[in-house]
Amino acid sequence: MTISPTKPRRRRIAWAPYLFLAPFLTAFAVFWTWPIAYSLYLSFVNTRSRPWRFDPGFNWGRLVQDTTFWDAFGNTALILAVQVPVMLALAVALAMAFDSDLLRLKGFYRFAFFAPLVLGAVPYSAVFRLIFNADFGILNYGLSTLGLPSVRWLFESTPALVTIMIALTWRWTGYNAIILLSGLQSIPHALYEAARIDGATAWQQFWGITLPLLRPVLLFTFVLSTIGTLQLFTEPWLITNTGPGGATETLVTYLYKQGFRNFNFGYASAIAYTVALFAAAFSLLQIRLVGGGSNR
Amino acid sequence: MRRTRLIQSVVLHLVMTLLALAFLLPIFWMVLSATKANNAILAVPPTFAFGDALAANWADLTKDLPFLRIVANSVGIAVTYTIVATLVCAMGGYALAKFRFRGQAAIFGVVLVALTIPFEVRIIPQYILIARDLGLSNTWWAVILPGLANALGIFFMRQNMLSVPSELLEAARIDGATEWRIFQSVVLPIMQPALAAVGIVLFLFQWNDFLWPLLVLTSRDAYTIPVGLGTLVGLTRVSWGGIMVGTAIATVPFLVMFLFLQRYFVAGITAGAVKD
Repeated sequence: MTISPTKPRRRRIAWAPYLFLAPFLTAFAVFWTWPIAYSLYLSFVNTRSRPWRFDPGFNWGRLVQDTTFWDAFGNTALILAVQVPVMLALAVALAMAFDSDLLRLKGFYRFAFFAPLVLGAVPYSAVFRLIFNADFGILNYGLSTLGLPSVRWLFESTPALVTIMIALTWRWTGYNAIILLSGLQSIPHALYEAARIDGATAWQQFWGITLPLLRPVLLFTFVLSTIGTLQLFTEPWLITNTGPGGATETLVTYLYKQGFRNFNFGYASAIAYTVALFAAAFSLLQIRLVGGGSNR
Repeated sequence: MRRTRLIQSVVLHLVMTLLALAFLLPIFWMVLSATKANNAILAVPPTFAFGDALAANWADLTKDLPFLRIVANSVGIAVTYTIVATLVCAMGGYALAKFRFRGQAAIFGVVLVALTIPFEVRIIPQYILIARDLGLSNTWWAVILPGLANALGIFFMRQNMLSVPSELLEAARIDGATEWRIFQSVVLPIMQPALAAVGIVLFLFQWNDFLWPLLVLTSRDAYTIPVGLGTLVGLTRVSWGGIMVGTAIATVPFLVMFLFLQRYFVAGITAGAVKD
């Protein structure tokens, strides 16, 4: 196709970006903008009455007093506070091992630690439910051969939470290690050379160079993991069925029950917005902490 | 000096190997259990040899679920979604990276904000729209449509499109090529690695997605693999052998693919972490 020389080219180009963006923006308007706005509105609507009635305090007032919600919040916060730091420490260690010139057989280790990344939550939840079975699971067999007592993993509160944490750590450590590794590789080697010449030990180099320079990436993985944990659903849903007695109920499993078992859309929307507010708070925290010292 | 390095190396490999074996155990156990008869799976102490019950477990699985149909749904939905969403993100990312236009900064800003908004905020209105207003429950489109505007996808494409040389685009324009023709014949071919990275991430996301498909796929014939397996895991009387065959089908092809396409996986995973 040719263009006639009389037509100014600028006109044609001016429309092009909007046309290229049109499919994305259309889908965005229908499946992001509208749902986000409507969800906020629904959180102020009593969807228990027929017809629905605007009643701003109805859902939010209930939320504040709902002990099941706060228990779910507490469980989510506990998983977050324990699992995320442990996993990130392990991920930093793994990333450093992969960055080290001492490590051989990298292909084998890479497969072992990074293969969980391709597993979906449902398949690995099924496998973990099998492994952590109290009666015939291989984990309790392993404990007994070491002379340790069996644990009723899925039937007691704390072990059930620990099971979820172990599952999450298995699935996401390699993911975070890959991101941290890319951060490690951007640290100039000259810094370590200089530190060695000044007689700094490996330990001092880690605290003095590696950790400070890794901070932005570490913070990024922290926020990603935090937002991911706030959205935890499949693992407690399938491995522990949110039990025993609600011990592994999370914000999103509770949202699911309110929204799609009781079909209380208003209340479920209020829960959803609570999750979003926490996620937003952690994202802002990252921007505040990273934005200060870096020239992004 | 050399001695300490040797000792360090031995300790490092010892720790890494123990940890690696622990990480490989769930995958090994899944494959092993897929071949074992149900009474062998429940046996105490457990057996560590492969069994001969793969066919029987498959029969169990297909007795509980129309599994071939379910695999076809999963493949169809994931492939359609990946092609359409990758194209949508590539087009949008191209516009954001290689054009100057009114509203550009605002649109990019909205994408960045969207990256941090949890899916759960959209789930109720989406359900009302897809399942009630449009009546799309139990169709592929119910699963595909809501994910088409993928914020991470367009962000990653935009970052990569910045590296497309503007002179190349200008030269094509002077030659009289239409804007679509330039995108199709100049931009997409040189963007293949980025398209592959985004495609893999979108494919795996869709292939593994559970919560949304669980809501809109309610009939057994419409299930995807995760939804189907999810219904089996909750049952009290359950064929573990059958479930493990299903999980192996859902995962082993990608474990093999991962071995060959690691580079693109890694590029996709670090997508959000790349700096400007």
